[in-house]
Amino acid sequence: MKNRFKDAASYEKMICAGISILGFLCLWQLVVSFTAVGELLSGPLIVLSKFVTSIAEPIGTYTIQLHIFWSLSRVMIGFALGSAVGIVVGILMGWFKIIDAVVRPLFEIIRPIPPIAWIPLSILWFGLGEGSKYFLIFYAAFCGITMNAYSGVKSVDPVLIGAAKMLGANNRQVFTTIVLPSCIPHIFAGLQIAIGTSWATVVAAEMVRSTEGVGWMIIKGQDSNSTVQILVGIVAIGIVGYILAVSMRAIEAKLCVWRVRGK
Amino acid sequence: MVNQEQIKVKVDHMTKRFGDLLVLNDISFDVKKGEFLCIVGPTGCGKTTFLNCITKLYDLSQGEILVNGEPVNPRKHNIAYIFQEYSTMSWLTVEENVAFGLKMKKLPKSVIKKEVDEVLEIVGLTKYKNYYPVELSTSMLQRVVIARAFAVKPEILLMDEPYGQLDVDLRFKLEDELLKLWKKLGTTVIFITHNIEEAVYLSENILVLTNKPTTIKEKLSNPLPMPRNIVSPEFIDLRNQVTDLIKWW
Repeated sequence: MKNRFKDAASYEKMICAGISILGFLCLWQLVVSFTAVGELLSGPLIVLSKFVTSIAEPIGTYTIQLHIFWSLSRVMIGFALGSAVGIVVGILMGWFKIIDAVVRPLFEIIRPIPPIAWIPLSILWFGLGEGSKYFLIFYAAFCGITMNAYSGVKSVDPVLIGAAKMLGANNRQVFTTIVLPSCIPHIFAGLQIAIGTSWATVVAAEMVRSTEGVGWMIIKGQDSNSTVQILVGIVAIGIVGYILAVSMRAIEAKLCVWRVRGK
Repeated sequence: MVNQEQIKVKVDHMTKRFGDLLVLNDISFDVKKGEFLCIVGPTGCGKTTFLNCITKLYDLSQGEILVNGEPVNPRKHNIAYIFQEYSTMSWLTVEENVAFGLKMKKLPKSVIKKEVDEVLEIVGLTKYKNYYPVELSTSMLQRVVIARAFAVKPEILLMDEPYGQLDVDLRFKLEDELLKLWKKLGTTVIFITHNIEEAVYLSENILVLTNKPTTIKEKLSNPLPMPRNIVSPEFIDLRNQVTDLIKWW
């Protein structure tokens, strides 16, 4: 019975999402067809048709899926490194007072600096190749995750720590059995945000200097005055971003089964 | 006269100050091995502070607390504490929650399974052992916490108003389960409550505390046979006696 309700709710959600997307596309087409906006913006049918043809016909050197692959591979490398370091630093900062006292002031100064502000320095440090792009994405992911992992440790319920100690847990056991599991939902929230900022950063980095990738597609569209190519790049970013967010939620649901069961 | 060997907890001139505020004022009493002692007193009289002193969460300003004749040490003495708040670990199933303390003590898996199965059976949660806390009702959550505390076979079980947030029906049910566990395992229980009826229903002895600075007003023996009938004249008499002692108005 419960599953039937769940199924009905998910169908309802899918129908609502379909109506919302279809409504937006209709509105976009109407505005482009019947107003002066059409002179500056291509309609959704042209953009989607170009998107589909780009799967076989290259834009520049590569087809669209290869451009996406290039961007995605940069994101994944930078994001994985940034997340791994961010989780460790955030947890250590949250758990050890001395590390918090030493590292956090520095982190709080660095954190508000947007990744794109580092582009000139990253090119000077790492050159025009992949290194500077990895660095920027690493930075974008690192800042988001560190803060969330830190908040996760700080928000561990002291009653649980007290209960674990009373049940015989030593400090190491409290850390591994209470603090780390308590942090997981916070870390996943951070990963969700970080994947978004990493994706935004790769596009910015590719716009500055690259020969492939979704950011390159957009900036080349601007150079050739092709709004269709720009919009194809934007649609690709949207679709990939959505897939990444959904995948992340699926992984979270799998790993944090205790949060979703019974709902 | 209590034989020294029978004394599980000896509280000797226990005094606790927070700065200038005197909370516990020269309190002395004994708790026998296997005794069920209820501590009642006016709100804010320092009942929880007292438990926190026993668990060493607070250091005493004066006096000492002895367990088995030596200064209390939660690392050495097997003490379990049930808090007012539900302290289940949300990422562990019922079975894993109950096994938590046994795993911390690194007992063999077969022993852990046996102990957990036994306690789950007593509190009626065997059917729900693979459930997560998010899937349980309030009373079931508190049963998990109680089962977890009893699973480690504590020498002393400290309970700080564990049923304070439950409605009457659930409270009665859980009180009976607690008595069942206590009788079966013979644990020494120190139970703090502001509910006088609960104290009379559960206890062998009742310690009545005064307002701050807190001292012992009286230690009453509760001779009523179990299971107790809350509407019997004897029960009501004892309840009224405790109520009169606790009155500060």
